[in-house]
Amino acid sequence: MTLDELRELAEKERQEQKSIPHKVNVCVAAACLSLRSDQVLKAMQSEVKKRGIEDKVKVKGVGCMGLCARGPLVLTEPQHTYYQSLKADDTEALGAILENLDGKPVPEFALSPALPFFASQQKIVLENCGEIDPERIEDYIAADGYSALLTCLSSRTREDVVQELIKSGLRGRGGGGYPTGLKWSMVSKAPGAQKYVICNADEGDPGAFMDRSVLESDPHRVLEGMAIAAYAVGASTGYVYCRAEYPLAVKRLKIAIKQAEKLGLLGNNIGDSTFNFTVEIRLGAGAFVCGEETALIASVEGKRGVPRPRPPFPAYSGLNHSPTLLNNVETFANVAPILRKGGDWYASIGTEKSKGTKVFALAGDINNTGLIEIPMGMKLHDIVFSMGGGIPNDRKFKAVQTGGPSGGCIPEQFLDMAVDYESLASVGSIMGSGGMIVMDETACMVDVAKFFMDFVRDESCGKCVPCRVGTTQMHGMLERISEGEGHPSDIDTLARLGTMVKATALCGLGQTAPNPVISTTKYFRHEYEKHITDKTCTQGKCACGKPEPALPKAGE
Amino acid sequence: MKAYTASVPPPSDDKRWKSVMATMRRHGSDSSALIEVLHSVQEVFGFLDDDSMRFVAASLRLPLSKVYGVATFYHFFSLKPAGEHTCVVCMGTACYVRGAGELLRAIEEVGHVKAGGTTADNKVSVVAARCIGSCGLAPAVVYDGDVIPKAQPEDVKNQIRRWMGHDA
Repeated sequence: MTLDELRELAEKERQEQKSIPHKVNVCVAAACLSLRSDQVLKAMQSEVKKRGIEDKVKVKGVGCMGLCARGPLVLTEPQHTYYQSLKADDTEALGAILENLDGKPVPEFALSPALPFFASQQKIVLENCGEIDPERIEDYIAADGYSALLTCLSSRTREDVVQELIKSGLRGRGGGGYPTGLKWSMVSKAPGAQKYVICNADEGDPGAFMDRSVLESDPHRVLEGMAIAAYAVGASTGYVYCRAEYPLAVKRLKIAIKQAEKLGLLGNNIGDSTFNFTVEIRLGAGAFVCGEETALIASVEGKRGVPRPRPPFPAYSGLNHSPTLLNNVETFANVAPILRKGGDWYASIGTEKSKGTKVFALAGDINNTGLIEIPMGMKLHDIVFSMGGGIPNDRKFKAVQTGGPSGGCIPEQFLDMAVDYESLASVGSIMGSGGMIVMDETACMVDVAKFFMDFVRDESCGKCVPCRVGTTQMHGMLERISEGEGHPSDIDTLARLGTMVKATALCGLGQTAPNPVISTTKYFRHEYEKHITDKTCTQGKCACGKPEPALPKAGE
Repeated sequence: MKAYTASVPPPSDDKRWKSVMATMRRHGSDSSALIEVLHSVQEVFGFLDDDSMRFVAASLRLPLSKVYGVATFYHFFSLKPAGEHTCVVCMGTACYVRGAGELLRAIEEVGHVKAGGTTADNKVSVVAARCIGSCGLAPAVVYDGDVIPKAQPEDVKNQIRRWMGHDA
């Protein structure tokens, strides 16, 4: 398919969509699906049929709209009203929505688009989520999909594409924050006949679901980004390394690859050029360490996911010892808009050193759990209290944990902080992939630190001593403290040991593993002291001083 | 590199081996397909036993130790058969903060089984998952593939009782 044919197809699809004045979009991404939104979709369709208004109303399943806490969600267009908590058997409500497509929204279920949760967002990565049907390539093409790829192939040089990325200031969205353009330039200059592009969709951070939502809601966006990257660096084979725990994302990705191949947007001679690019999916198998790039590459090669020292960097010697470009799902999702609208446009959003927008997953003790995309530099307070709607049950805010097991707990005094890569690092946390877990006053920070230490201890691959032994020792100490057996010197020993593990571990997992402990001993030292000296857990989460409740013996 | 076609016969006449062998063929029986092939075995048989690992090793021309190493390294692979039903409790941070630990305790109370185990009557396997990505609906559990949002200890207890054949 050439660029002109693509534009023609897009125009045809847009006309078709315009011929039906009203749209009812039902979210069928994982969170709403678990609330049975597929049945809501069916019920809505049959209501439309019953009324005989198929020519006026188009009902379709779309990707994530963000506000998972209020699912199943429905969005009506052009009215642009969100409806929340719908049920398939409540045909009266569904009917009322259909009757009022021209008039006022139905107040019982309507959510105002003026809510800060929606109004404060700036969508680039998620712009198609909630708007297009993820299982139809035509929907994506009508939203300017694949135009950036074919434009690059027909009228831009490889160097030019890399320069545009460098200009945009985009940084790796998987956690590292390495400048994407620089990485592309390294791979494109690396010598080698065969090069690879890998998309890291092994979203292992507990509490993060951005990549999952993007893959489930807009899989073509990621494929287009990968294809542009492959063109820029000179690769012909790509892999998406996706968690096996995300079956729906894998299914939609498979459909998307097939559709793109059929239209000649992936495969050989893309856009009638000499550029070839094929994409395959590789399933992860539940190892957190595989989020680390060298471990991920080992896993794609069918081996145990064990990291190796760098250099050589994957940009020079990665998959099968060939130059390999590895980026995260969200990074690839940013590529097409940057090339469509220009690097300067992207660089105009965000802060001085962190450009663009970032998708965050809000979870934990917060009213509006879900997915948001905001410009870099928004204040933490605004995210939690304005967009997130504050803490449920009138409880007090205690901490927000960013970056998963590699990040730290940020206490109240830093709520005024503007969120970007640098500021988060300055308070001992990291941006990570974008998980934000809010904890209220009932959370015990020793318990939280123990939870994360247990996680990394279990997920440590065991290759290097600091991580394998260090995390186990730290976990043992935390366990003692939580059981009321701690020693006053333990807090400093923990911090010292943590600093040592950070400095000496082989890979990113070990180098960041102590962050939750170091940040909690720093900001919540009094809680540790209380566990050690008074042998009490104010929040009642730990078993200090009191005997473990007797449990019946477990069967084999 | 010459594509190697698998000539090793499967361990039994079970028809299900065909889909495993199809996966191997698709990858030219290359050793890099090991994880994909193990996924395929687990998908059709539910777990990886010694015979299947020997077969995979021989077909992909890998030492058995390497296959065993990969099978035990990744959490997703199980070397034991699962119970009739599976109850996955998400232990991701969001679910943990919202009380997933209590769900596990509730299951232990009625089923006398800890995470990673199967009830004595082989009815229910309990799995603690890292994070299933349903953080917006924490705490989440998965009953035989169905995600249940905002699970309560009482509901989980009842489900386990139902599966075990006790009156709820």
